[in-house]
Amino acid sequence: MLSWMAWTWPTALVFIGIFSAIGVLILLEIRSPGGAARKGVLGLTTTRGDRLFITLLGTSYIFLAWLGLVGMPLWSPLGLAIAWGCFTFWKV
Amino acid sequence: MKTENQKAWFFVLPVLVLVAFNALIPMMTVVNYSVQETFGDNVFFWQGLDWFQQILRSERFHAALGRQFLFTGLILAIEVPLGIAIALSMPRKGIWVPVCLVLMALPMLIPWNVVGAMWNIFTLPDIGLLGYFLNHVLGISYDMTQDPIAAWVTIITMDVWHWTSLVVLLAYAGLVSIPDAYYQAAKIDGATNWSVFRFIQLPKMKTVLTIAILLRFMDSFNIYTEPFVLTGGGPGNSTTMLSIDLVKIALGQFDLGPAAAMSLIYFAITLLVSWLFYTLMTKDDLN
Repeated sequence: MLSWMAWTWPTALVFIGIFSAIGVLILLEIRSPGGAARKGVLGLTTTRGDRLFITLLGTSYIFLAWLGLVGMPLWSPLGLAIAWGCFTFWKV
Repeated sequence: MKTENQKAWFFVLPVLVLVAFNALIPMMTVVNYSVQETFGDNVFFWQGLDWFQQILRSERFHAALGRQFLFTGLILAIEVPLGIAIALSMPRKGIWVPVCLVLMALPMLIPWNVVGAMWNIFTLPDIGLLGYFLNHVLGISYDMTQDPIAAWVTIITMDVWHWTSLVVLLAYAGLVSIPDAYYQAAKIDGATNWSVFRFIQLPKMKTVLTIAILLRFMDSFNIYTEPFVLTGGGPGNSTTMLSIDLVKIALGQFDLGPAAAMSLIYFAITLLVSWLFYTLMTKDDLN
């Protein structure tokens, strides 16, 4: 039934990752409502959801920039992306 | 302890299902295509991130992206100030209000492909009203099928004609929502027209203008039908916008993998610009 979607394991894992992150956010929201809004270093008021969005958007740009400017392998941008995610959830 | 009524979520559910079927699932399919190669028959071969690398390094993509930003920048720079100016000069009371509103809404009611076809005929050098007038009455050489500058002027003019109304109507909605008391206060203080605009009208229009600019950005950044019908992306490649190039790759060459990778890069750009713009415009309100 899903053959037309041409699923592969790596892309499925990407989506499982994103959806589980959203799931975790929902659980956190049920436990402590309000989204933990705060004003971060960029001068923006962000909630947990905003921080996840900024992390994912930044991650895609880190990988795209590395692919375009440097090329394979992608271990360094992976490290950069994880660092960016930590920074976003910690400070932004 | 239950403090909020959560029933509203059920009302959002139909939209969520709709978005899942018309946006999320196709989007996931595009992600799957972007890492594979296919020759049809629903048979796919793993390709990794090669397509992304190929697109990011291709001259053709850079050129189309440059043209796309130029186009969007130009139409925003024209349509937003022009739209505000028209909205400011429209009547706020009386029988002319509905007349103006209907006149303004007319271009937006015309489908994209019809607009493209209309302007195509309108600007043909030998039979089109504008084309004939410019070439044979004023003696200006104008042929958008031969000259890239003429093609660009035509596309920009067409988009301004078609979509300035959107900015006008939104700006006008913002203007009429300003209570008279503001204007009376400004009059007592002896404010000039410019200060009334700068300190009363512009701040009150900020929200609707944010929406107008976002809509115009996204629409013009994804523009396909009008330039496709008007110039077909030509002469040469001079008006080949990103979406026209994308369709050429996906349907013309049946390179689904590179096309999927390109559309994801395209999507990332639209998403970032829209997010940045929205965040910057609403930053002060939220803080």
